[in-house]
Amino acid sequence: MKRYDLIVVGAGPAGLSAAIEAAKYGLKTVVFDENARPGGQLFKQVHKFFGSKEHKAKIRGFKIGEQLLDDAEKAGVEVHLNATVSGLFDCKEITVIENEAMHHYKADAIILATGARENMIPFEGWTKPGVIGAGAAQTMMNLHGVQPGSRVLMVGSGNVGLVVSFQLLQAGIEVAAIVDAAPRVGGYGVHAAKVARCGVPFYLSHTVIKAEGDDRVTGAVVAEVDSHFKPIPGTEMHLDVDTICMAVGLSPMSQLLSMAGCKMQDKGGIVPIVNEYRETSIKGIFAAGDVGGIEEASSAMITGKITALAAAYELGFAEEKEFREGETCYKASLAQLHEGMFSPANKGRTDLTVTDEGVLLSQNLLKKGYLDLGEIMRFPGAADEVKKVHGIHPVIECTQNIPCNPCQDACKFGCIAVGADITRLPIVNPANKCTGCGMCVASCSGQAIFLVNDDFSETEASVTLPYEFLPYPEPGTKGMALGRDGKAVCEAEVVSCRLSPSMDHTALLTIKVPKEMSMTARFFKAVGV
Amino acid sequence: MRIENHPILGTFHEGGQMVTFTLDGKEMQGYEGEPIAAALRAAGVMTHRHTLKRDEPRGVFCAIGRCTDCVMIVDGKPNIRTCITPLKAGMKVQTQYGIKAKE
Amino acid sequence: MAMYLDRDDDLGGFHPEPDDDLIICRCEEVTKGEIRRAVHEGMRTMTEVRRFLRVGMGLCQGGTCGKLVKGIIAKELGVKPAELEECTSRSPARPIEMRVFANEVSDDE
Repeated sequence: MKRYDLIVVGAGPAGLSAAIEAAKYGLKTVVFDENARPGGQLFKQVHKFFGSKEHKAKIRGFKIGEQLLDDAEKAGVEVHLNATVSGLFDCKEITVIENEAMHHYKADAIILATGARENMIPFEGWTKPGVIGAGAAQTMMNLHGVQPGSRVLMVGSGNVGLVVSFQLLQAGIEVAAIVDAAPRVGGYGVHAAKVARCGVPFYLSHTVIKAEGDDRVTGAVVAEVDSHFKPIPGTEMHLDVDTICMAVGLSPMSQLLSMAGCKMQDKGGIVPIVNEYRETSIKGIFAAGDVGGIEEASSAMITGKITALAAAYELGFAEEKEFREGETCYKASLAQLHEGMFSPANKGRTDLTVTDEGVLLSQNLLKKGYLDLGEIMRFPGAADEVKKVHGIHPVIECTQNIPCNPCQDACKFGCIAVGADITRLPIVNPANKCTGCGMCVASCSGQAIFLVNDDFSETEASVTLPYEFLPYPEPGTKGMALGRDGKAVCEAEVVSCRLSPSMDHTALLTIKVPKEMSMTARFFKAVGV
Repeated sequence: MRIENHPILGTFHEGGQMVTFTLDGKEMQGYEGEPIAAALRAAGVMTHRHTLKRDEPRGVFCAIGRCTDCVMIVDGKPNIRTCITPLKAGMKVQTQYGIKAKE
Repeated sequence: MAMYLDRDDDLGGFHPEPDDDLIICRCEEVTKGEIRRAVHEGMRTMTEVRRFLRVGMGLCQGGTCGKLVKGIIAKELGVKPAELEECTSRSPARPIEMRVFANEVSDDE
């Protein structure tokens, strides 16, 4: 039996972060992962992450994965891939299936970072080929470069459903609709808005009731549900799709912790009862990342570090001073992500009607996935527009308290302020002059910032919007401007399509539209495309 | 269908080797090292197996080796999770019926 | 817990529902109706239903259906899912061939 100071199970964001942290304190550490590649689900995430700089905000998930692997290598972390941990025992011993044999390892501390699995909902025909998990869609298109289907129904409007819907569009796949049995969009409004303006309809209080087809999905039937989530007869609607994608939540993969005898509880998923350092009821066994409760990758990386720091201190590798300093820093970093209306404490709440600033929330955003023009004007990101500032200026359609502030750093001219509390809504300062550089547009992880210039010409205004689709339209391309609801609102012509390395694949597409449409036009579709 | 050019990820399989394998005796092509399931999906194959009790078709469901719905017979061995098994030249892939190939 | 263990408890009898034919356990092809019926036949815990019907004992080891089965049993018993005890979690946590399981190696340093 091989012995280590620390065993980490899972080489995703939490596990790798834990191993890197442990290496700092000199713990002899090994990481096991059942997959062929490390990085967990990070390599499927092509969107820019939220948070602040220290949370690696505005960096795309797969890039964070690459950085993490690089850091792990530099730290000399030993990672065993294709190594399935099949047993965890309270004496902190594990069994691993590796190279077609059973191996035993023992350590003084064990950090479980096994992540989560997707929840699924059963409906008629849900076993047919063509019904898949949202994770499967991501894996196929973003890792393997294969389209999962050609026209997809997305079930679930949480962040996973919204993000994957956008990724499907980026991969050249049509999204027929997003349905959710809940009466409100579950994920970030900004994620919903960027999908909605591409023309994807949202059906809240709707669910899928049938997958049609013999050997594979050839259609879907959705229906409205009542307040008990029961389909209402007579509301059935057929959708022509070849793929039904489920994004209905995640559950911690905590079986190994149960096996070891850790005290568990059912919180809509089986999670270990842990202390402030994510240590379970068995001393020396920790739970980092989603296995301890579903959050996202940014939090997972921090909880990974916290568990490793606590293990290092417990085993005598970290001095008390180092421990206290590290603890303070990581807890503060995690606390930042835990602020706002989407915080773990607010999970499942449907009674929030105003932002932390007291601004009335957009009900359209929650029910249809996009903001109504009238609603935008009450948010601080539209200050320039309200004050009728002449010339080019940003319009920030960020209307919910989510932990994110790259826009503030992006503007070198001080036009945008979020403040120390990163969940506050960005404020546009009309006193400072926008130069139209567009860095705020490219840096907004929610793609919610637009540049509007009402003085583009006598009769026309220009709108600059974030654009992450191929092909990039050439200047002079004529087409239609789409509104926030994805419907064509007026004719438009491409003025420019700018892309520099610092924009990291978020092109700045500037279109000109009739003056009165400057606050309505939010997307562009070339004619005949 | 394969994604030729992705706005964020660029191209896939650059310099990758196309290899030939068989599905139920029929010659097919895919990139060496990609999951068998990816090669099959790119070729439009949806059904990986038929279930034991109800003889119903099943295909890729989770794509990360957890759900085991995509298992097939690969080089004579049943219950191989095709979504995480890398494709090799000359592989013999068969639709699985229950736990066997069709007789 | 004990109240659900009493097999004499009258749960009001089994009444067919339109979606009883729905597959819940995809691996072992067990339907919602079979699970509901098992509860009425006296299987009052997750473990009992599992052993009786093989739900969650297939290749994926209940990964997909575990939560669904729990919800169905809880509803039949008229309790909250969180009140039901989980099935025992045992090694090996993943399907494994016997020849590999038996191939135990000692990596002595």
